[in-house]
Amino acid sequence: MTIPAPEILALGCIVLPLLCGGLVALAGRYPDLRETITLATGILVFAFIVGIYVEVAQGARPQIFLAHFLPGIDFALEVEPLGLIFALVAGFLWPVTSLYAIGYMRAHRERNQTRFYACFALSIACAMGVAFAANLVTLFVFYELLTLATWPLVTHAGTPEAKRAGRLYLLILLSTSIVLQLLAIAWTWQAAGSVDFRLGGILQGRMSEGVAALVFCLFAFGIGKAALMPFHRWLPAAMVAPTPVSALLHAVAVVKAGVFTLLKVSVYIFGPGFLLASGGGRIIAFVAGFTIVVASVVAIYKDNLKARLAWSTISHLSYVILGAGLATVWGVAGAALHIVMHAFGKITLFFCAGAVLVATHRKRISELDGIGRKMPLTMGAFAIGSLCIIGLPPLGGMWSKWSLALATVDAEQWVLLAALLLSSMLSMAYLLAIPVRAFLYPAAAKEPKDASRSGEGPGESPAEAPIACLVAIGITSIGCVALFVFPDPLFDLIGQVVPLHR
Amino acid sequence: MSLPAGLEAQLPALQIVVPLMAALIAALLRHPRWAWWPATIAGFASCAIALLLAKSAARGEVTIYALGGWIAPFGIEYRIDALNALVLVIINFASLFALVHARRSVAAEIRPERIHWLYCAWMLCLTGLAGMTITGDAFNVFVFLEISSLASYILVASGPKRDALLASFRYLIPGSIGATFFLIGLGLLYMQTGTLNMADIAQRIGEGGTDRTIAAGALFVVIGIGVKAAIFPLHAWLPSAYEQAPSSVAAFLAGASTKVSLYVLMRFIFDIFGIDLAFGALDIDLLLMVLAIASVVAGSLVAVQQEEVKRLLAWSSIAQIGYMTLGMALGNPAGIAASALHLFNHALMKVALFLAIGNFVYRTGSSALGSLVGAGRGMPWTMAAFVVAGMSLVGVPLTAGFVSKWYLLAAALERDLWPIALLILVSSVVAAIYLWRVASAAYEPAPADSPAATIVEAPWTMLAPLLLLALANLWFGVDPSPVLRLAEQAAVQLSVPFESAEIIAPSPLSDTN
Repeated sequence: MTIPAPEILALGCIVLPLLCGGLVALAGRYPDLRETITLATGILVFAFIVGIYVEVAQGARPQIFLAHFLPGIDFALEVEPLGLIFALVAGFLWPVTSLYAIGYMRAHRERNQTRFYACFALSIACAMGVAFAANLVTLFVFYELLTLATWPLVTHAGTPEAKRAGRLYLLILLSTSIVLQLLAIAWTWQAAGSVDFRLGGILQGRMSEGVAALVFCLFAFGIGKAALMPFHRWLPAAMVAPTPVSALLHAVAVVKAGVFTLLKVSVYIFGPGFLLASGGGRIIAFVAGFTIVVASVVAIYKDNLKARLAWSTISHLSYVILGAGLATVWGVAGAALHIVMHAFGKITLFFCAGAVLVATHRKRISELDGIGRKMPLTMGAFAIGSLCIIGLPPLGGMWSKWSLALATVDAEQWVLLAALLLSSMLSMAYLLAIPVRAFLYPAAAKEPKDASRSGEGPGESPAEAPIACLVAIGITSIGCVALFVFPDPLFDLIGQVVPLHR
Repeated sequence: MSLPAGLEAQLPALQIVVPLMAALIAALLRHPRWAWWPATIAGFASCAIALLLAKSAARGEVTIYALGGWIAPFGIEYRIDALNALVLVIINFASLFALVHARRSVAAEIRPERIHWLYCAWMLCLTGLAGMTITGDAFNVFVFLEISSLASYILVASGPKRDALLASFRYLIPGSIGATFFLIGLGLLYMQTGTLNMADIAQRIGEGGTDRTIAAGALFVVIGIGVKAAIFPLHAWLPSAYEQAPSSVAAFLAGASTKVSLYVLMRFIFDIFGIDLAFGALDIDLLLMVLAIASVVAGSLVAVQQEEVKRLLAWSSIAQIGYMTLGMALGNPAGIAASALHLFNHALMKVALFLAIGNFVYRTGSSALGSLVGAGRGMPWTMAAFVVAGMSLVGVPLTAGFVSKWYLLAAALERDLWPIALLILVSSVVAAIYLWRVASAAYEPAPADSPAATIVEAPWTMLAPLLLLALANLWFGVDPSPVLRLAEQAAVQLSVPFESAEIIAPSPLSDTN
């Protein structure tokens, strides 16, 4: 069998999920068909991305021209290693999440499931567009579409709380991107006469260093999906969405689209050297360091499981921002690696949180005492995910944390190193506490207040979650371990962008 | 399409004559239903003419037409370049879309015995607007300005509520003052230059330099037109006029009337006075910049607080007029192109928004925000079009609004005016907020006792123009090249001196001065 040209595959990664969204909407009356379409498309898209990987790993850079837009600015795609890493992660985790969603949505008897699956597919199409965009304007278009496509998922429940969250979501993401990010893009265009991503940057020598620092700050705060403080409030609010949404979109696709965009701006628009000289990267690295510590502290005080995970996500997104801001070789490598490692770790945690919710209707950590004996697989996976996030061997998270720590040492930013280490300890406190309670504490004496409220599910005697959920949890947990053992493909890809092997 | 050569040469005159004749026929028919036909047929014909004129203008050609065979400066000449070809396309299509919508909408809102007068006034208004746009004679602009103004007072006054009379009066007073200012300005210019032909005035100002009289004339012209263009603080007439006018008329006026005034402003500033006089000696750019910023800020902030959707859209228009003025005030080619582009794009979105609200009014008789609650379920297509046009107004990528915003941003940054760029962006977020209020109200579940709970979709003749416009908002957001070509051509043509020498035969009159 001959593999189609990578250009066609890359286009397929965007078109197929779009088609899938349409088909799902048409097949709404047949849930089994609908979910088969989603799963099949997900697997096909991942196969496509692997096909692209084979080419890109050998140095190919597939380019696709879509349309002329404005003079000098085209709609165009170009696959480069960082985007490919992001696409690989999102593309692998989409079918896994779909599998999980089948178990979760049915067991939870969610309504409007057709809209859910359709919007999910559209969101993935937009995320792939972000990953493969060849210039800032194309990326901006997909970025905004991604916001709009995920909004129905955030307000899925239709409750006043969900609507409030949806408003906050749109307000913060749209206003930051329209006001700050678009200004930064227009400024880049004005200065460089181009918005294309070029290795080494396009701004060097075309913009004074002071202005460059300002523009980088505009980018960092304008990419609201990166949830850099003070524009982080939307992320905890968005946790009102169904768990698969929180898992894939608000731990992987959407938020990683944000930090990925910033990483791409740092590497391909400014160029590490120029960013370092301008000082803008250092400012943002310190803001990220602040966000890392503060969000970790807040996470400790959250009793709601999903809220705690959300605050942890805010903290860990800033790890990537920190790496992008430092813009050293290991900073870029650590940022790219953390996109992957945190994705696998955090999605596992969200899957587990959802599994607990489905099986026991418990949302609060204080209600989870002793639950590990009833749901050993779920809580075991939770422990693996936690360790991955914290960055301990033998889990993938170690590589990214190690690289980022190296980056702070290289840049001689001891305060930032301290922030990283402090955050690791805080992560242990807020994450490991949960499996500890679940396995070691005696079971809660009385039923939690809101358990069995909807009159179905084994509220009294919790058992494991549906099998589809467990399989998904298993896959991502194994992924966490596999990334520790086989990180080489990632390092090879990153090595094409920054000189890792000196 | 190929026309007979004789006919093709007469296109500029036909652009005026066709709607004028339609006005006459509509008045003579004296029938509430038949009066619509001549207006609409003329509307289609005028659109075709405007497109043909735009086609040659897009190639960079300037069409000169001597009215009645009298060569300028003795006679009046019509002069079509890229900029007014674009404006002709805008006003004719705005009128046509609103007209198609008007058949049902006007019949529901207006007393039958007045309907034929409405279409007569509509066509006169279109005649006036097209005349202001097409003419190359400064005094002729005033004549057509009066025709369009008088007709639009009638149009506003024909609104269904009694308040329409008051709104028309509030429009009439500043409108007349503005027209008078414009006339005084023209008089002063004529005193000093001895000619009324635009190209001649430009040439003489260029040769003879400027004095106090010309400066005063220029300021009178700018302020007089500023009233008609509703630039802050001369905007007070606009919200109630748009609110009280019949819905289709509001769409027509929002899409066409202020655009033409802005065009005239551009023509006078860049071609007649020239950038040296207007921006160098008189600092009109500074004046316009300040007023544009004030328009954007005031329009956006007031629009957020409105509880009446038509009024909200009217205030939003004031903010958008600020954008167009801003591009003009920036004065660089990118800014002029942004202005010209936004004339077109704003017409696309605002006409669509007003037509959508017109559909609600047709079904519910009200355009209050409260009565809209839940209307999205009964009128899904109308509401979808409203959302698309609204996104275009905000400037979401892949809609037309994004393109003009991008140009305006680039123009502001080119002049290193980043606070202005920031203002443009912040105001588009404010636009998102006020449109969100409307859209989210429409998608709330309807209270059982409200009329919105039981409404059904508008008839297809009202829906079709709306949906076409919504699609156009998307189309020109993805492929803006046809309009861009005209806008950039216009920016080029406005930046070079008004060509007059090779067109106008040397005449005894021009020697005496």
